[in-house]
Amino acid sequence: MPFKRYVEIGRIALVNYGKDYGKLVVIVDVIDQNRALVDAPDMVRGQMNFKRLTLTDIKIDINRVPKKKTLVAALEAADVKNKWESSSWGRKLIVQKKRASLNDFDRFKIMLAKIKKAGVVRQELAKLKKETTA
Amino acid sequence: MYHKRGLWAIKAKNGGVFPKHEKKAIAAAPTEKPPKFYPADDIKKPLVNKRKARPTKLRASITPGTVLIILAGRFKGKRVVFLKQLTSGLLLVTGPFKINGVPLRRVNQSYVIATSTKVDISGVNVEKFDDKYFGKKVEKKKTKGEGEFFEAEKEEKSLLPQEKKDDQKSVDAALIKTIEAVPDLKSYLGARFSLRAGMKPHELVF
Repeated sequence: MPFKRYVEIGRIALVNYGKDYGKLVVIVDVIDQNRALVDAPDMVRGQMNFKRLTLTDIKIDINRVPKKKTLVAALEAADVKNKWESSSWGRKLIVQKKRASLNDFDRFKIMLAKIKKAGVVRQELAKLKKETTA
Repeated sequence: MYHKRGLWAIKAKNGGVFPKHEKKAIAAAPTEKPPKFYPADDIKKPLVNKRKARPTKLRASITPGTVLIILAGRFKGKRVVFLKQLTSGLLLVTGPFKINGVPLRRVNQSYVIATSTKVDISGVNVEKFDDKYFGKKVEKKKTKGEGEFFEAEKEEKSLLPQEKKDDQKSVDAALIKTIEAVPDLKSYLGARFSLRAGMKPHELVF
């Protein structure tokens, strides 16, 4: 029941609405009750409403409003990119993106692969069933 | 205005005088005789139309060798290889016949989805195919006598001339070789396209 992810300086958040949808940003300062100053290596630092952010588990160690260079260095040091891409949430998003970009031919190949895999699984299952009933 | 336009520089460059063109000599038009008869009412002249007949603009996604999905007609859902655009604007397309039963055929661009899958079409010669090749053959009408009306109409099933079958084979031979080189492409072209649950066409990437 208690909150586990807090808005703090250095908290990594995912943008869930607007022009920067899907980006990972760092909360660099809190402006007021509703807005944060937010920064990422590939965007201009700007304000964002908290409603547009979803907090993640990742937090980095920075001072309030660091210089861009310090921010990028801190992100590298904490290895945010790899931590994100190996987390289950990050992996889910990557899979979603891959699925959305599939070609018609790719979808066909995936269908063939699924059928093949199901066939192999079914064979093994039949073998196991035979063993238990025998 | 004189200084702003630099007219002083143009004058100086030309030796103190403005450059003058010589007036083009107009060839004296032959004197026309006034017409003997003026119509009572003005006759309407149709408006000038400078449009030229061109084949339909081909979508950028459709290039020779693209796999297309036919959306309507007898072969709806079939995935088919695009060969070239004919002068009428229709697209020349082939199954290949051995793979999915679609012969050399014309198809309209509007009834087709272009996928991003391309097949190498360099080994195929499609020069000889044009709209006349596909036009309906007009038979000479024989004058019927009364007696012939009561005879059962001769059902002539128009057989495919051997020439067309040979054309199909020659076009498909090179194509099928390149298709078999790509894994799964042959079964892909043999399968029909259909929408399943959860597939949103406006979100699908083809």
